[in-house]
Amino acid sequence: MIERTPLLNIVTHAILIFGLLMLLFPMYLVIVAASHTLQDVSAIPPKLLPGDQLLVNMQEAWTKAHFGEKFVNTFIVAFWVVTGKIVLACLTAFGIVFFDHRLKMPIFWLVFITLMLPLEVRIVPTYAVAANALLPFQTILDVTGINWLINAVSGVQVALEWNLLNSYAGLIMPLVATATGTFLYRQFFLTIPEELVEAAKMDGAGPLRFLREILVPLSVTNIAALATIMFVYSWNQYLWPLLVITEPSYGMVAVELGRLVPKISNTGGEVAKWHIAMAGTLIVMIPPILVVIFMQRWFVRGLINTDK
Amino acid sequence: MRRTVFKNNWIAALVVAPQLLIIFTFFYFPTAQALYWAFSLEQPWGGGNTWVGFDNFRQILSDDLYWYSVRVSVIYAIGSTVLAVGMALILAVFADRQLRGYKAYKVGMIWPYAIAAPAVGLAFRFIFNPGAGIMLYINDIFPGVWDPITSGNQAMTMVIIAGAWKQVAYNFIFFLAGLQSIPKSLMEAGAMDGARVLRRMRDIQLPLLAPTFFFVLVINITDSFTDSFGIVDTMTAGGPARATNLMVYKIFNDGFQGLDYSGAAAQSIILMLLVVCLTVVQFRYIERKVHYT
Repeated sequence: MIERTPLLNIVTHAILIFGLLMLLFPMYLVIVAASHTLQDVSAIPPKLLPGDQLLVNMQEAWTKAHFGEKFVNTFIVAFWVVTGKIVLACLTAFGIVFFDHRLKMPIFWLVFITLMLPLEVRIVPTYAVAANALLPFQTILDVTGINWLINAVSGVQVALEWNLLNSYAGLIMPLVATATGTFLYRQFFLTIPEELVEAAKMDGAGPLRFLREILVPLSVTNIAALATIMFVYSWNQYLWPLLVITEPSYGMVAVELGRLVPKISNTGGEVAKWHIAMAGTLIVMIPPILVVIFMQRWFVRGLINTDK
Repeated sequence: MRRTVFKNNWIAALVVAPQLLIIFTFFYFPTAQALYWAFSLEQPWGGGNTWVGFDNFRQILSDDLYWYSVRVSVIYAIGSTVLAVGMALILAVFADRQLRGYKAYKVGMIWPYAIAAPAVGLAFRFIFNPGAGIMLYINDIFPGVWDPITSGNQAMTMVIIAGAWKQVAYNFIFFLAGLQSIPKSLMEAGAMDGARVLRRMRDIQLPLLAPTFFFVLVINITDSFTDSFGIVDTMTAGGPARATNLMVYKIFNDGFQGLDYSGAAAQSIILMLLVVCLTVVQFRYIERKVHYT
């Protein structure tokens, strides 16, 4: 504003720089540790300047954790989670905004409620579903007695099974099954002027054509915002892949990172190779940080509009 | 409500079907399953579950280990929320003055949000490790001062700092957006009336930021209950002596290590109720938030 406040400006900068240091210093220590040998990491007094082993350590971390393979897996999962969320969110919002049917509000609420319970709090039963994705339908058949009926009529026992453990589908689908994004799209669709819909109808465009040729091009900003936050979200997944994936060839980066250092409760006498672990930490955080810094505008907008 | 709509309702059914199918399979069914497990007990040699009513809950609620886990979760929630919200608020209010270097400050405060919980956990476990780096040095000068591997309080402190560090960026983004939605004219009117910078912060910005503040506060508490697994698992694995055995971590342990599905499900239901209550509070404030934007 207009007044000159030299003293307060200095205080402001001091506070902001202090805050930045609090946020940056831990990462600086990580970089320092990642650039030394194991002896130097536990030297007294501690080394506070970066050493020259950074590339060597990163290379060792890369091969030790098989990050090449894990990066490919994580990119595949992130790509499908991003695409799946965007497509599903767009379609669902389209179906409840541009049509008039009695199920509009019930569907809206069904989708809305999924925002309340994150995957972490319903992890045990979701795992059971991942072990057999057709279990819900089998249960419906069993409970409603249809199964008994089929058995009585034809003598066939229906047993549906589709195991999703150790597969990309098992990693991706539960992460897609929440409403993040549907509301972003719904809010945006509600701002589309009535006249646009009328004009499209008058020109003879059906709903799908309207969606494809008018709504999708108009929602590019939405797509960018949603894509950035969903990318970071899926790249950083830890608990779910830890459970569903036991076969290393499907592993994701965050889980693999956790395995670079023995668990604190593990007293097997294994020495923690901190320099390698810190180099691995750096490797794993590079892609999402690049996304957040370069797509900052979209990222911030997506975060605020979806309320996560 | 829209007046111009499409009439082909079968297309509407077709476009919402995939979403409904996937949330039924991976959301509604598992949630219902958790309820069923919570009220039943699996027979030792197969033979399905028998209905036991509130027995599982009674067992959980009379278990000292469970209450201990609730206690440490609450300590973690309060500690990490106060740290992360307080720090983000101060930084956002001063960053919003938009002095020289504003853009650089902003980027510098947003990027930690991109880092995965296990990466944060591992980084802080290294930084606070008594056997390496700075803490080794401090322990060398004052022997035995810092040892989170045996001291529960120190382990909790370390987990709280890591959790808060990760959350500051998220809060900062929301506070800054909230501050920027305050009309410029209000600040100018304040300045004309002779209110200096700090006075305007106290009497205009902070009161108008109150809805955002409550929203962020509730989100932080909810997150500390649900989203703490990665940090705890990589830093302390719930130890030492269960000092950081947060509720979400205990559910995971009882369910997958102890194979006690009924107990884990009952704990999940309690946590779900807690999260739903917090979310309801949060949605009440969303209306207020819309008011000012």
